[in-house]
Amino acid sequence: MKLNGDLIMDEQKKQNNIRNKKSLIECRGVDVFYGDKQALFGINLDIGEKEVTSLIGPSGCGKSTFLRCINRMNDVIEICKVAGTIKIDNEDIYHPDVDVVELRSRIGMVFQKPNPFPKSVYDNVAYGPKLHGRILHKDDLDAKVEKSLERAGLWSEVKDRLGEPGTSLSGGQQQRLCIARAIAIDPSIILMDEPCSALDPIATAKIEELIDELKDNFTITIVTHSMQQAARVSQRTAFFHLGKLIEVGDTEKIFRSPDHEQTEAYVTGRYG
Amino acid sequence: MSKNLSIRHRAEKRFIAYGFISLILAATMLATIIGSMIYRSIPAYTNYSIDLEINMTEISAEDEFEDINFRGIIRSSLFSFFPEVESRSDKRKLFKLISSSASYTLRDFIIENPSYINKKFYFNVLFTDDSDIFYKGYVDTSLSESERRLDDQEVAWLNELKNTGRVKNKISKNLFLNGDSREPEVAGFWGATIGSLITISVTLLLSFPIGVLTAIYLENFAVKNRITDFIEVNINNLAAVPSIIFGLLGLAVFINFFGMPRSIPLVGGLVLSLMTLPTIIIATRSSLQSVPPSIREAALAMGASEMQVVFQHLLPSALPGIFTGTIIGLARAFGESAPLLLIGMVAFIVDIPSTFTDPATALPVQIYIWADSPERAFVAKTSAATLILIGLLILINLAAVLLRKRYEVKW
Repeated sequence: MKLNGDLIMDEQKKQNNIRNKKSLIECRGVDVFYGDKQALFGINLDIGEKEVTSLIGPSGCGKSTFLRCINRMNDVIEICKVAGTIKIDNEDIYHPDVDVVELRSRIGMVFQKPNPFPKSVYDNVAYGPKLHGRILHKDDLDAKVEKSLERAGLWSEVKDRLGEPGTSLSGGQQQRLCIARAIAIDPSIILMDEPCSALDPIATAKIEELIDELKDNFTITIVTHSMQQAARVSQRTAFFHLGKLIEVGDTEKIFRSPDHEQTEAYVTGRYG
Repeated sequence: MSKNLSIRHRAEKRFIAYGFISLILAATMLATIIGSMIYRSIPAYTNYSIDLEINMTEISAEDEFEDINFRGIIRSSLFSFFPEVESRSDKRKLFKLISSSASYTLRDFIIENPSYINKKFYFNVLFTDDSDIFYKGYVDTSLSESERRLDDQEVAWLNELKNTGRVKNKISKNLFLNGDSREPEVAGFWGATIGSLITISVTLLLSFPIGVLTAIYLENFAVKNRITDFIEVNINNLAAVPSIIFGLLGLAVFINFFGMPRSIPLVGGLVLSLMTLPTIIIATRSSLQSVPPSIREAALAMGASEMQVVFQHLLPSALPGIFTGTIIGLARAFGESAPLLLIGMVAFIVDIPSTFTDPATALPVQIYIWADSPERAFVAKTSAATLILIGLLILINLAAVLLRKRYEVKW
């Protein structure tokens, strides 16, 4: 009897794309509505700790919408309603008691278009630590800025121009500055929304390298249009289509032998 | 294809030519207005005066100032030039050539310098506006006597006075340092300028914070519903309401209902604030909207609260636009006269105001009052005051440009 129950559980887990490995983010039945229009349908997805999960799928499939649910950036859009539960470290982030500001201080986000603040390189990186009042001493702040820029692979390029506006850097540098800004608040999770789509191949390669290094310390979820990028940087891949999560699994499996026909069609380039 | 191309090129050249012609036209009109203002205002900057010999030897230091007949002293000094004038009416006519302010200026001078009592000295006394204008060559003596302000006798006296070599043409300090006066040679625009500046400071202090905070609230915090839509429509509507309506409102609310005094810059500033508020709100909202949403998202994702987003990111980036809008609004308020007429800032006020509850008038209203005065000399004063108003407006707009440059954010 017990064995039977376990079997049923396993079957359910498989169907719901739920893994046995320890996961940091657990999403159950996430629906998202924009006004009357439903954008996401019952997403069940677990995101493992300290690994890179990529979200792929054709345009308008809801992968960015899903990403923005994780740090509640959808709250900003008035007509947007989120249902279902998303737990980070077993804490429901949509619970009324959760402070959005505190939540976002644990989650870094990198956007499609590099968006440094119109302030100096230094102030861009120091913004988060100062905002949350975590670092009060000037020397500590200097060290934090240097370390964050170092981790973002930007320190050697900007160490002599910390006072220059962040917007004066090149596109790739700006995006790495945004990554440095995000990791300066010591988040456990970094969300990346097509971070390379506005960059040239060399800058893209640098960011990808960086993502690979960062995964030892951060849980990274990346939305990408490029399947090669998903294959290169991620350990797990989730395929979205028309607001539904079609399939999720180890990246290798998704690209080699996906369970679903739609996934196969997409990753082999037959549509999308 | 090539034919089509040449047509397109010609059309483009034509368009550029039209633009250039319009620019020239506009520039010419502006130059004409300013030029004619400058030309008309020339007589206002100087005033003819005469050094009269003042004999105070018969006055002793013990006399009270009130008892001294300054008028008589000046009269006898003037009459010493024309011993032949004896009849009372001629004497009165002769004395009228000198500004009626002369005895007061002499008194003020003696009060400040009592050591001149018991002495004989030369004292500079202004001519009245009619004599002044005659010396400046604006009186056509070929016209018949009845058609001009000075008759032949007066003209003869003035010419004779000039021949004494005591008549001088000096820069008119009164124009720049005095308040209004019934006598054109004494009237100045300093009182009106100060009145304008106090009024506009009240306007700035009220409308800038209220306008900016309203705009921020509407833009970032207010729930979008019918009420906020209604408010929005009304704000846009208010920006187009004629200014005189705000004057009526000020009269009804501030003066009649709240019982504030008339003619004070505080009420003027309140009324002009009502007028300026919509401009500032609209300008602030549109400059907040023009900040790229990606900056807002970046800050929110970093864990900034809505207020921190506004004050750390949106506002600094929107500042140049807010300043420009505010200053455009203020410049409009600065040149506004209609609402001030209704709340009594059109009163005849001689004293220079020093607080925002002193009765005052404003520059545009002063221009209106002078333009309405019959004396010939006020024509030049009107032009001079207009030039000052334009000059101050240029300064205000220059400040707008500088502030915009200073706070401009490069993306």
